[in-house]
Amino acid sequence: MSQIYNDPIGHWVVVVVAMTLLLFVVLTATAYTVWFERVALGRIQRRPGPNRVGPFGLMQLAADGIKLAFKESFVPAKTDKIIYVLAPTIGVAAAFLAWSVIPIGLWYNVQYWIADVNVGILVIFAVSSLNVYAIVLGGYASNNKYSLLGGLRSAAQLVSYEMALGLSLVPTFMIAGSLRLRDIVEYTVSWGPYHGPIPLILLTPIGFVIYLISATAETNRTPFDLPEAEQELIGGFLTEYSGLKFTMYYLAEYLNVITVSALATLLFFGGWYLWIIPPIFAFLIKVILFLFLYIWLRGTFPRLRYDMLMRLGWKVLLPLAMANVIVTATILVAVQG
Amino acid sequence: MSDEKPKPPKQPSVAGDVGALLTGLKTTLSEAFRPPVTTMYPEDKTPRSERYRGRHYLRRYDNGLERCIGCELCAAACPVGCILVIAAENTDENRVSPGERYAKTYEINMLRCIFCGYCEDACPVQAIVLGPEYELSDTSREKFIYTKEKLLEPLPPDVEARLHGHAPLPDPLPGGEREKA
Repeated sequence: MSQIYNDPIGHWVVVVVAMTLLLFVVLTATAYTVWFERVALGRIQRRPGPNRVGPFGLMQLAADGIKLAFKESFVPAKTDKIIYVLAPTIGVAAAFLAWSVIPIGLWYNVQYWIADVNVGILVIFAVSSLNVYAIVLGGYASNNKYSLLGGLRSAAQLVSYEMALGLSLVPTFMIAGSLRLRDIVEYTVSWGPYHGPIPLILLTPIGFVIYLISATAETNRTPFDLPEAEQELIGGFLTEYSGLKFTMYYLAEYLNVITVSALATLLFFGGWYLWIIPPIFAFLIKVILFLFLYIWLRGTFPRLRYDMLMRLGWKVLLPLAMANVIVTATILVAVQG
Repeated sequence: MSDEKPKPPKQPSVAGDVGALLTGLKTTLSEAFRPPVTTMYPEDKTPRSERYRGRHYLRRYDNGLERCIGCELCAAACPVGCILVIAAENTDENRVSPGERYAKTYEINMLRCIFCGYCEDACPVQAIVLGPEYELSDTSREKFIYTKEKLLEPLPPDVEARLHGHAPLPDPLPGGEREKA
């Protein structure tokens, strides 16, 4: 495997194949995440969820996709047309780019990745911040007050929570000593008789809680879905979008949910290591559990008020994340000398 | 009235708040494992009331004559004016109803009908009744003009039972007022 990577042409072949595979797998995964969410939310509300199209409603997404694709691609008058069309594209591109550095363990000693960047997590932060452009520009270009308000809210929210999100992961990097996602997953300890990789949540539980909350806010999911806020803002930045452009925003949102679930798995729950279960299944089980957690949160909690959102971000999560960094650093120095 | 003082509001605490969040999560998760309450509509239907007011039927006597005598009281009672009755004289050669006249044309515009049942109440010979069907959707406006042929379709047996059975319809007006009206 590594020889192919070292060969310049072989490397490109591998990358192109991997990217094609990724597009296919991730898009399918997104479709079934939507299905999973609708079924799980339905069960929480004691409904069956989609169950008409295909067995267990599994073909519902095909039906929805066809419906959305054939809808009129309507552009309202007096919009900033270029930005209006560009904004959802930025969202999808940013959501896909994050997957370029996410490694997946396929089998014992066989791993998949497109780019093995030594600052992988920084790349993910960088591209996930682009998501704010998709929302703000979409809100601005729509020439609609609800869209604009949704976009502005989103800007404030994403900027606030990005700080906490970044800081929540710093202890993880300090412990693992690397920003490369593979190194963090492979972080190995020798505790008495046990020698092997451990889930880092055991060492930074507070970091995980902060990550979980901030990631929910970063992906604009309930209870932090203020940019959309159907009851107050119609659809926020989505108000004027329809057809395929709407689909792109939708796709980006669910891609981001899968991305943060995968990241949580990699950073805090030992990635593809789970007892004797084959790596790919271990990884999938963990990601699916995380997806369920996000759906569960959505099915349980009401949306936060805007001032509460800001207070939670700046007055609770940010100081907590900073304290977590300092305490972890102190302990690390004390232990390692 | 008790002398008990109202409890002082709980002091907010992080543990209390987190506990409340976890209680919420527990509630939704336990609900998720209970069976759904949804009725699978086209296959299963919820029970209708015995006196449900759905689409209209025109009734016949047992000997096959139409009950309707073309008096147009239903059309007069209809608050939205969706009933059209054009009466004609019965003759010995062409006897349609036992009375002097019969309804030559009887049309109901189901797009306008609000299913209030006033026509049923107004009818002196109980010719028109509202049946149980509520799945009336169709593909063109013309199909919603229910003509006499369609309205004369035989009643579902349960409506027949209701009309003849143990549960008579309550009089809409007290006896004395019905005479005056």
